[in-house]
Amino acid sequence: MGERLMDELFVGKSFARMDKDKVIGRANFINDITLPRMLHAKILYSARPHARIKSIDTSKAEKLMGVRAVLTGFNVPEVKVGFLGDQTPLKKDKVRQFRDEVAAVAAIDEDTAEEALDLIKVEYEDLPAVYDPIEAMKPDAPLVHEFDARGKPRRNNLLPLPWKLEAGDVRKARESSKYVVKDRFSTQWVHQTCMGTSGGIAEFDVNGNLIFRSVTNVPFGGKDRLDMFLKNLGLKGRSRVLTPYVGGSFGSKLDTDIYEFILVLLAWKTGCPVKIVFSRKEEFLASPPRQPVIATVEQGCDSNGRLTFRNIDMILDNGAYTSWGATTPSVMMIPVSSLYRVPNVKFQATCVYTNNIYAQAMRGYGNPQATFVIEQSMDQLAEASGIDAIEFRKINANVPYEKTPMDLKITTCPMSECLEIVEKRLNWSEKRNQKTSRGVGVASFLHVGGGARVYLSDAQGIIMKVDDEGKVTVITGGTDQGQGSETIIKQMVAEATGFRPEDVSIFQGDTEVCPWDVGTHASRHAFITGHAVLLAGADVKRKVLDLAARWMPEMIRFDLSKRARKDPNFQVPLLDFSPLMDTNNLELRNAEVFLKDDPENKHFRLPVAKILRRAHLVGTGKGEMVVAEAFYDPPNEMLNREGKGNLSCCYTFGAHGVEVEVDEETGLVTILNYVAAHDVGRAINPMLVKGQIYGATVMGCGYALTEEIQTNHGRVMNPNLLDYKILTAKDKIPIDPVIVEPIEPSGPFGAKGIGEPACVPSAPAIVNAIYDAVGVRIKDLPVTPEKLLKAIKEKKAKEQ
Amino acid sequence: MKRSISFSVNGDTVQVEVHPHWNLLRVLREELELTGAKQGCGEGECGACTVLVNGLPINSCIYPIMEVEGKDVLTIEGLASRDGALHPVQEAFLEKAGVQCGFCTPGMIMSAKALLDANPDPDEEEIRQALAGNMCRCTGYIQIIESVKHAAALLSSIEQEA
Repeated sequence: MGERLMDELFVGKSFARMDKDKVIGRANFINDITLPRMLHAKILYSARPHARIKSIDTSKAEKLMGVRAVLTGFNVPEVKVGFLGDQTPLKKDKVRQFRDEVAAVAAIDEDTAEEALDLIKVEYEDLPAVYDPIEAMKPDAPLVHEFDARGKPRRNNLLPLPWKLEAGDVRKARESSKYVVKDRFSTQWVHQTCMGTSGGIAEFDVNGNLIFRSVTNVPFGGKDRLDMFLKNLGLKGRSRVLTPYVGGSFGSKLDTDIYEFILVLLAWKTGCPVKIVFSRKEEFLASPPRQPVIATVEQGCDSNGRLTFRNIDMILDNGAYTSWGATTPSVMMIPVSSLYRVPNVKFQATCVYTNNIYAQAMRGYGNPQATFVIEQSMDQLAEASGIDAIEFRKINANVPYEKTPMDLKITTCPMSECLEIVEKRLNWSEKRNQKTSRGVGVASFLHVGGGARVYLSDAQGIIMKVDDEGKVTVITGGTDQGQGSETIIKQMVAEATGFRPEDVSIFQGDTEVCPWDVGTHASRHAFITGHAVLLAGADVKRKVLDLAARWMPEMIRFDLSKRARKDPNFQVPLLDFSPLMDTNNLELRNAEVFLKDDPENKHFRLPVAKILRRAHLVGTGKGEMVVAEAFYDPPNEMLNREGKGNLSCCYTFGAHGVEVEVDEETGLVTILNYVAAHDVGRAINPMLVKGQIYGATVMGCGYALTEEIQTNHGRVMNPNLLDYKILTAKDKIPIDPVIVEPIEPSGPFGAKGIGEPACVPSAPAIVNAIYDAVGVRIKDLPVTPEKLLKAIKEKKAKEQ
Repeated sequence: MKRSISFSVNGDTVQVEVHPHWNLLRVLREELELTGAKQGCGEGECGACTVLVNGLPINSCIYPIMEVEGKDVLTIEGLASRDGALHPVQEAFLEKAGVQCGFCTPGMIMSAKALLDANPDPDEEEIRQALAGNMCRCTGYIQIIESVKHAAALLSSIEQEA
């Protein structure tokens, strides 16, 4: 499957994007959908970071004209949600953070719902709060949760998720190391900041089934959680998830969010469709971002610069409740154990409840934090051992077909090649160690590239329906968040079936119709969909050729005799039809069936649409049509109790190299050159692959330099796009994307996943470059001008 | 108290009953059902709501509706020709992958159109300046800039043919 087919027509080419509706204003996002009788919801959030709710008075809000329902924890069943079951949609006993949902209103329009919120009076009794995870770990810290989901008393703020991984003997390795470095690093809260904010529409049909229009990128996981919620509410219906266009996700739509359960409650109580779309402020305050970590890293190497051990301890601020953020250590383990060859590894991560906002998934899922700390430590160790930073990485680079301490089975691995590309294109040897306010830095990464078995299934189902007009409808459970799957699916289907991209249409976004898929996450979509397409596509092709073998001789004879009837000068040629009757002799390409060994034979070539129509409309009661299906579940493994296992079918590698200039008067960092070398297995569509590299790299640069959710006693202080600084068109980053294609044997058409990785190495590469430029290392993200200027001044003061 | 105002949208004259405190985006989306322009922030920061008023790009989410009286509004829905043929800017955004999730796209395309109307051959800095008020989280802007350059080339070749 991984072999490159030299005569591929569609895969490997930069087809233009095919989502035309987005450029004409006809792409419907949640925001754009209005249903008959639809009500609008608003949520009242907590005014305290940690407090008992003494009373909630909703009487005035209920009386406001146009209000249809006012819900609190006191008038709905108490149903726990979230994967640790540590919250209810509407809070009753106490609030644990400013984003706690205290009441919800459904009204005839947004203005009325907003007005009703102002009329709700909540009385709180303040409790001592804790905002620092280190403080929260102390024995006398205030308890964020007094009881766990089962009602068992809790004694501390630690989550019952003891993330650990150990391989080899770190203690012994440390003793035998020639050089050892140890340091502490920390990262900040950052927000996915999708351009489309969160939202949804819930309604119940006449049979009591829930129809939920959702921005989720895991429709079937979302459906499971909604079904469970209905069951726990005592409702008999089942749910159906519809996914319209999503205005970006970057991980933020992986879990079913609290507002979605609230919409269900409001739709249930009112009997009407209920819609919510978050304001931008609400998006920053009440949608869960990427969590910060505090990491202690120790690494050692021998006299030749070979890594001997790595020991990392992480503390994650979990916030007040638990979403997927708490599971990111499972992905951190990948770089911790397997970024570069390191025989002895120890990793521990502790998630701690605080009265802060809580975290979700975000592009890279823990990998950016882990790689940030590892790659700075790598630079420190290179310096300690007196080896050039790129040379040091090459000495320790991962190699093809190695098995790592985490039991990851690496297949293709062009890591050294990527490092060499960075070295060459950045003009490394000339630019390094110049100490002229300009400097260069590098960081590598590895990430899952062939799905990730984080659930019992990592599968996707696909159905291909071929109609009598020669059109292929692909019905898939996968969803798109903008990466361009509608374009590459058409390319891959055309390649696999022998039809053309313009013959293919895609139907997705309806759990009632589409076959199951685990969701668009872990950079898995192109990889898994590609395999499902290859399986179903081969079946389509086989079935079409079977029809062709049975119908083509008769059809060609008929056409020839028809022509002879019309044209007396036409002599019907004497043809041997027997080769046509064996499917093995036939080929289907570009929507035409012809003889494999005689493609120039103009008599034996028919448009596939014609054959399908003939086979369908036979007039005898024996018509046939072509439908194929596949359910592809990759041969990867779940992690075992020790945190080991081959999580993905393959892993993707790369290196980013950055040249920066630091203004020592202002602390401002300018990126002069940025080389992003990426192993993608094989680019299905090089232009779209570059789109992923560009977008994720710029996101990574924001992580490094500008982005930070600032909190003060648990309150988000910058919930707007003016103060939360994502990069804009004015922030020019001259990215040179280099696509490396080792053709992955386990990948569909040789491809690996590429959605996440480019945001992984940006921050350490930039921080390493800043160190090369001015000799100061910023260990706490982001590298704001203030921080950098302070560090430069401190360094200068020390030197004097 | 609602008031009646009249203006042109995509070449059609419309008369709408509005509250004077409403903004143009609300009227476009909710009263006229032109949902192409998006609300990304409601504060004039992200540019997803960009439309052209008398040819100039504005953030319609903070543009007071009473200011629109008698003016010409062009939205993304009015950019393609009536027979459905895409405007070169729209075509270029597909060809050069200036589109990903599509939420910023209508605003981005309208800002690009306004730029190219005023400056048919912008350099990269001029494009970056013109799009500074249109945020995008997917693309990192690079393929958007390539799209605008490509649109400029398409427009200039159309002009040469004419």
